[in-house]
Amino acid sequence: MKQYLLAVQFDESAPTPSDEEMRAQMARTGKVTDEMRAAGSWVFVGGLLPSHATTVVHPGNGTTTMTDGPFAETKEQLGGFWVIECEDLDQALSWAEKCALACGAPIEVRPFNDGSGE
Amino acid sequence: MSAAGSGRLDLDGIYRAEYGRCVATLTRVLGDIGLAEEAVQDAFAVAVQKWEEPPPNPGAWIVTTARNRAIDRLRRESTREARHAQALLLHHPDEPEEAGPVRDDQLRMIFTCCHPALSPLAQTALTLRLLGGLEVTEIARAYLVPEATVAQRIVRAKKKIRDAGIPYRVPGAAELPDRLTSVLTVLYLVFNEGYTATSGQLLRMDLCLEAIRLARALAELMPDEPEVIGLLALLLLIEARRPARVGPSGELVVLAEQDRSLWNRELIAEGHELVRRCLRRDQPGPYQLQAAINAVHTDGPATDWTQVLALYDQLLHHTPTPIVALNRAVAVAEVHGPAPALAAIDELDLPGYHLLPATRADLFTRLSRTADAIAAYDEAIALAANDTERTFLRTRRARLERET
Repeated sequence: MKQYLLAVQFDESAPTPSDEEMRAQMARTGKVTDEMRAAGSWVFVGGLLPSHATTVVHPGNGTTTMTDGPFAETKEQLGGFWVIECEDLDQALSWAEKCALACGAPIEVRPFNDGSGE
Repeated sequence: MSAAGSGRLDLDGIYRAEYGRCVATLTRVLGDIGLAEEAVQDAFAVAVQKWEEPPPNPGAWIVTTARNRAIDRLRRESTREARHAQALLLHHPDEPEEAGPVRDDQLRMIFTCCHPALSPLAQTALTLRLLGGLEVTEIARAYLVPEATVAQRIVRAKKKIRDAGIPYRVPGAAELPDRLTSVLTVLYLVFNEGYTATSGQLLRMDLCLEAIRLARALAELMPDEPEVIGLLALLLLIEARRPARVGPSGELVVLAEQDRSLWNRELIAEGHELVRRCLRRDQPGPYQLQAAINAVHTDGPATDWTQVLALYDQLLHHTPTPIVALNRAVAVAEVHGPAPALAAIDELDLPGYHLLPATRADLFTRLSRTADAIAAYDEAIALAANDTERTFLRTRRARLERET
């Protein structure tokens, strides 16, 4: 079994959805998570607040500094993620398809380093 | 394996024919494409030393030798991968030599190479390397890109297959239609890459033959998929006309002006038979419809354009793309005249595609709108992809100027 990260790429420049849309989206993503649990593929899920709440801690000269905001000022930000366990990429991709439709956002699928690859 | 092309022992030929099959089988046995390739190359190196003439079944000999070589190699290594592969080998103590599993291996390999998680270029390069047995040098020459680029693309694709966990299996029924489309696209692109090339560039013509060979193999492996049969028929019917497509001085000859006696009758007969097979199934798809259109073009002394137009109507319904609409307009011109055809392509948006202004130019010419035609030819000449096409368009343009 391999573990995969399914990262939701939210477009923060898009207009904020209405409460009703938000609830509908939560219901859709919740349903996908339930399906993952039932299939035994689910490991973790979490939604993140937008990048305005982000702080970055940088190392340097044995000490650290802090900056407000995310690493990169791009409109696409990590909005949340699932960690799943699958046989292979095809299984992970079929979950990612469901997640993309539920979130209405692109999903980045990335395998965890289990020590067998690079 | 260029060192091996000596005399009556046609090792190059055997390599080309058997490489893909052997790597596919060894990949199942070893669980890794890279290890499989090394093992198969080792086995061919042994063959160079040992064969005075090829054994009755060279593929089976290579597989057995490669498997033994892989065991030797793995015993010397102690990486995790090697241990994993060794474990797999122990579970496959007897190499199946009957046709069934070997055919399945090839199918698995086709679907792995054309996995949509790989970039289209990586899919093509991997398919030509792992299924076609083409050397990196040959692929680079065919695609006019540096060898290092192709090599890097293949290495990265193989790494992704391994690290991302792209499975080595034939997709299930639910995924199959999408995944098959991806495979057919790769084969069609390989063919087109070779076909848009012109006379003298023999290496690129190899791409056409390679695409046909792979399409044939796929049609044998999946005889119940009408689109697979459709693609093979389409490639054969286009290939059949190749000898007439380029004139004595390398100039492009359009369909209407081609010397039909130069067409390859055998390929046409085979293509027609495959199209009939598709018609009997009555599950039309884009490749089958294009094959049917080409069957009409190659049937009898002249094209029945009414039939072609009816097929284009169906094709446009299946694949409503501007390119299909453009090709349909050519049939509209033949059936209903140039004015309705011009109207049909008026709204089309195909930036950078030279055949749109080229088609307009031809329609303007037929409507005696010479100034518009010359302007459209100029636009097409500026966009044309290769010298043969540019020369063809310039000749047309010059003829038009002479006549006015």
